[in-house]
Amino acid sequence: MRYLALACAAAVAALALNAAQAQGETAPRTAPRTGQTAPELQRGKAVFAHWCAPCHATGAGLAGTMSLEAKYDGSVPAALEDRTDLQPAVIGYFVRTGVAWMPPFRPTEISDDDLAALSAYLSAPLADRGAHAPLLADEMVRARGSEQ
Amino acid sequence: MSVLPPDLDEAGFATFLEQLRGAVGADWVWSGEADMFPYRDSFSPVWNTGEERHASAAVAPADVEQVSEIVRIARRHRVPLFPISTGKNFGYGGPSPNVNGSVVLDLKRMNRVIEINEARAYALVEPGVSYFDLYREIQERGLKLMVDCPDPGWGSPIGNSLERGVGYTMPHFRDHFGAHCGMEVVLPDGEVMRTGMGALPGSDTWQEYPYGFGPDPAGLFAQGPFGVVTKMGFRLLPLPEYYRSGMISVPRRADFAKLVDHVNYLSDSGLIGEVEFGSPLSALMGDPQFLALATKTGGPSNAEMDAAAEAAGLHSWHVELQIFGPEATTLANWNYASDRILSDIPGAIAIAGDHFPLPATDDQLDNQTQPYRSSIKRRRSLGVPSLGAWKIVRDDGHVGFFPVLPRTAEAVFEMQRVLGDAMKEFPTLPPFFNALTMPLFWHTHTFQMVFAPSIKHDDPAHNAITHAAMKKCVAVAAQHGWGDYRAAPIYQDDVSDTYGFNNHILRRFHEQLKDAIDPDGIIAPGRGGVWPRRFRS
Ligand SMILES: Cc1cc2nc3c(=O)[nH]c(=O)nc-3n(C[C@H](O)[C@H](O)[C@H](O)COP(=O)(O)OP(=O)(O)OC[C@H]3O[C@@H](n4cnc5c(N)ncnc54)[C@H](O)[C@@H]3O)c2cc1C
Repeated sequence: MRYLALACAAAVAALALNAAQAQGETAPRTAPRTGQTAPELQRGKAVFAHWCAPCHATGAGLAGTMSLEAKYDGSVPAALEDRTDLQPAVIGYFVRTGVAWMPPFRPTEISDDDLAALSAYLSAPLADRGAHAPLLADEMVRARGSEQ
Repeated sequence: MSVLPPDLDEAGFATFLEQLRGAVGADWVWSGEADMFPYRDSFSPVWNTGEERHASAAVAPADVEQVSEIVRIARRHRVPLFPISTGKNFGYGGPSPNVNGSVVLDLKRMNRVIEINEARAYALVEPGVSYFDLYREIQERGLKLMVDCPDPGWGSPIGNSLERGVGYTMPHFRDHFGAHCGMEVVLPDGEVMRTGMGALPGSDTWQEYPYGFGPDPAGLFAQGPFGVVTKMGFRLLPLPEYYRSGMISVPRRADFAKLVDHVNYLSDSGLIGEVEFGSPLSALMGDPQFLALATKTGGPSNAEMDAAAEAAGLHSWHVELQIFGPEATTLANWNYASDRILSDIPGAIAIAGDHFPLPATDDQLDNQTQPYRSSIKRRRSLGVPSLGAWKIVRDDGHVGFFPVLPRTAEAVFEMQRVLGDAMKEFPTLPPFFNALTMPLFWHTHTFQMVFAPSIKHDDPAHNAITHAAMKKCVAVAAQHGWGDYRAAPIYQDDVSDTYGFNNHILRRFHEQLKDAIDPDGIIAPGRGGVWPRRFRS
């Protein structure tokens, strides 16, 4: 896969519809957040953690976050959970049609209700979203760490 | 693009869909262009062309009874079903079927981890269970077991193993179909069958003895169109106490022969896990002169490559070893492996690598603690599913051809040369095959090499090159005795054609079986190149 790897730096996703409307906003890229998630956003956050975080969480080396970093060069946050410019319709569009090498997600994976909850989560005020959803591995390492 | 199932008109299709809704509920049946979009293969090199395969509808059952019911309805209406588990088969067709108008049988809702037995080291799962799900369940229950997962964690043990997919830990676990033990299958008439000890009522060894008694048909369901798998057992690795890595490099090009032999011995003896071969010379690929040498028609001579290595002060090859087990035995295995290789290959160098108890920390999982530059992807090596590998995908996706070759340096050099020369016809593609192309040691006893040209949704000319190159690669490889291990539906007939011993008796045998149990082609007709009478024209 070496040649694929070499070439991947050139790959950028086109999560663009709302970027123009970001109006030069310079939100922190991956500033750690703490705090509780508003109860009505918990389901959407769980959907994000399950389906989106493996590619779009904060942190190094994740394909989705990396490509959005390359795409916007910091003009909007690379991690989706830090974005404040995403509208539900845009989120729904990308989930159901995919973009570049992100394949679309079927309703058996993210149901319409889950999609609505996800959209609500990603378009809610940052303060209501609470701490970032954990990347699966981090979550598990922490869980195991506390047992040791 | 909306399509109809073969030989069915609009009215017949509507009646059929109505019956499906009756079986699973209206919420779990989809049809029409917009709803079917996520069932297209977004990595397809024939995207938006007449060759793209489109499903007409999708149906998602909740349990095995509903699967049987759907199969019976499909049989009545002679509609081909295309079962998927998690449907993430990107590079090999995604969720799209072999036959236009097929109905995708989407098993994602059947997502129960039915059993995990820690002491006896196995799991029994349903098709919708992903590697992420299985891993989470093991972690949440604090079980000391390791899952061997493929690069992307969102696929499923069942879907992946039915493709004979691969992973990255110990030899017998990397072959995911080989590591399965016992399955439940809905046959083309809707009957439910269990293989191995699952056929013996009251047996408690379904996930421990795969064969039962008499012929074992389990292999027919991998890459085959014979049934819908609804449960499958998998052997799991007890979580090793310790992980150790190390790198051994050898100076000359010809040293690769001995290096490969030693690695084979260590692997076959159960002393090491997956290895990563590499070449320090790949650092020179940015130099046009060296690139020209490495991609020279007919291949460079050993002397030319050795001279380039010497001028750069680099060794020709290295291998990264990974060892699992108790701390003391991992150390003994590393010492043994390095002594064995260093005492046989003049000038070889061993560098002890990172080692630590399992489970690993974050930094260890990110492989940031290695004293040398490493190509090991630690998460997959340690059975931690992720989507980290997605970053190797370029453009809008790729298709994969991974020819199987013997585990010898001779075969590696021959494939580099032969396929490198053949692919010169496609100069816009990266030089996948060149004098440094490494073998991948995925399946237990063979090497493979990678050919994975990219696709672009809005560039049909680029896709046409990829498509032509895939077909040529399959054909040229076969002339040299190298066959593909798995293929997207659009290439399955090409690949099946190459397995032609004795006038294609293997395919004819499969066709006889298909005609006997599924003449109308209700289950995945064409999968694996096996077509029932109805579709053989
Ligand atoms: C970047 C990248 C890296 C990859 N790395 C790897 C890797 O390391 N190892 C690897 O093996 N693959 C790899 N792949 C290929 C692919 O993504 C995985 O193999 C993936 O696991 C397959 O998808 P799935 O598990 O969802 O299977 P599915 O898509 O659900 O199933 C695959 C096929 O099996 C058949 N099938 C599925 N379920 C059933 C059933 N219940 N009954 C009957 N037939 C069924 C169908 O024909 C289906 O199309 C990679 C792909 C990419 C793009």
